[in-house]
Amino acid sequence: MYALKLIFKNTLRHKLRTSLTLFGLMVAILSFGLLQTVINVWYAGAEAASSTRLITRNAISLVFTLPLSYESKIRSVEGVTAVAYANWFGGVYQEPKNFFPQLAISGRKYLDLYPEFVLDEHQMRAFELDRKGCVVGRKLARQYGFKLGDIIPIKGTIYPGQWEFVVRGIYDGRQASTDTTQLFFHWDYLNETMLKTMPRRANQIGIYFVKIDNADNAAAISRSIDSQFHNSLAETLTETEKAFQLGFVSMSDAIILAIRIVSFVVVVIIMAVMANTMAMSARERLSEYATLKVLGFGPGFLATLIFGESILLALMGAGLGIALLFPVAKAFSAKMGTFFPAFEIAPQIMAQQIGAALAVGIIAAILPTLRSMHVNIVEGLRSAGT
Amino acid sequence: MAPLVEIRQLAKSYRRGDQVVPVLDDITLNIQTGDFTALMGPSGSGKSTLLNLIAGIDKPDSGILRVAGLDITKLSEAELADWRAAHVGFIFQFYNLLPVLTAFENVELPLLLTSLSRKERRERAELTLSMVNLADRMDHTPAELSGGQQQRVAIARAIVTDPTLIVADEPTGDLDRNSAAEVLALLNQLNKELGKTIIMVTHDAISAQQARAVIHLDKGRLLDAGS
Repeated sequence: MYALKLIFKNTLRHKLRTSLTLFGLMVAILSFGLLQTVINVWYAGAEAASSTRLITRNAISLVFTLPLSYESKIRSVEGVTAVAYANWFGGVYQEPKNFFPQLAISGRKYLDLYPEFVLDEHQMRAFELDRKGCVVGRKLARQYGFKLGDIIPIKGTIYPGQWEFVVRGIYDGRQASTDTTQLFFHWDYLNETMLKTMPRRANQIGIYFVKIDNADNAAAISRSIDSQFHNSLAETLTETEKAFQLGFVSMSDAIILAIRIVSFVVVVIIMAVMANTMAMSARERLSEYATLKVLGFGPGFLATLIFGESILLALMGAGLGIALLFPVAKAFSAKMGTFFPAFEIAPQIMAQQIGAALAVGIIAAILPTLRSMHVNIVEGLRSAGT
Repeated sequence: MAPLVEIRQLAKSYRRGDQVVPVLDDITLNIQTGDFTALMGPSGSGKSTLLNLIAGIDKPDSGILRVAGLDITKLSEAELADWRAAHVGFIFQFYNLLPVLTAFENVELPLLLTSLSRKERRERAELTLSMVNLADRMDHTPAELSGGQQQRVAIARAIVTDPTLIVADEPTGDLDRNSAAEVLALLNQLNKELGKTIIMVTHDAISAQQARAVIHLDKGRLLDAGS
């Protein structure tokens, strides 16, 4: 109890130094949390992937399509309970910077496969009845002000032409991490247009989404699907949704690694600053530590004081950094628009921030503590009054 | 009666680089219980070193040093710390109070190492501060006290555990004449009224006059022991 009192009083002894150190800690812990959140969000799609959904695509590349006729063959594979499909549309809304994913989907079949997209049944029916209808995510609707009945003009890039979609539904995410930045429209609408304008590109599917009965059978079912199309003109590659998502993430491996390194470098820098602060404090208090030793206090008491002060300072900085992370993340997310579908601060990020702060506090205190514990009493007392 | 402090052929040297610098050589003396002894000598004579050895905050190279019959040269660091906490009260030239603690908290500090309850500690610390006439300054930090008052807090801290021995290293060295006189009077009072054994290092002849015995040192050797 007495040690705690002394720790608190020592921590607030040099107000300017403490404030500056706290500011540094706050910025470092905030940056660490923000960068870790970016990494986390990057992997969010893979983390949210269902273990009972498989993705079947062209074995050569995602750029190449698969015939529509594969659907019935895939459905016939044992263990497959449902099949849906979609094509990446890749159009431009007003300006190229207004990026958001647009997918031509197999209507209700697709949305049934993704229960995480929550859509009102009335809106679902309205979507089904309108061939030019589309469904947009809540975040996307909020960003561009889309309302039910609005017409969204999109300039096709992969599928040339000026396209128009009528908003018939706005879906929500079942979880905070669900991506609500997408636009879904009818694959049939796309296909009919292709039949008229570019018949060679009609009846082609970008990706098949396969629902299976048991996640444990994923590997076997994947093999069964791919074996159906072995030696065909369009061989398939089937993998779990998570593996598929991670394949995308791996394309940004270098960037993620750089972000990860920077987040830890920030912590190392603040560790050096903290170690310096603690070393300065301990050096100034050498005569006090010597006095405490004279009075009979052991090295353990001195270690408690120095470690306590360092950890308290680090945790105060962490508290400020964590508190600030929420508004900063919100502002960052707003600035990034739909680039990050769901910019949520996970509880483990806060745990990591506290862990990083604790590590900073502990490591920064090691050398000053060792020095103070082994201070020669006579030498320490000599520094008094100087 | 056996002396409280018994020193036989005590020697101490320090190492400065490759050189061994002798500080104390062949010191033999006794200090009786209830004595008020002043250690005098020029700068570098070894008087503070001798005080540090007696107080158990430094160790001699050779010789015998018994306090209340216990050879403290044989004690480990941890044992010495416990021994100091129980038997020695310290008064320093620069008071050595913890600046973040109040006068009361500074005085209470040594009592944390005892088995006293919080209430008992409070009572003891308050009583001791009253003895040094600082009851009304209990909640003041050292920065809010004058030098003389700070030294009186330090004296209260030194006597709060009722130690066997009080050691004072230049206790008036940083004080003005009036404050120094007050502090010396207080030490005198502790010696005469409470029978405390005090060993005080000083280079000031006026301060030394307050002691019952004066021991002179020069170049690490004992010159005489007069009273």
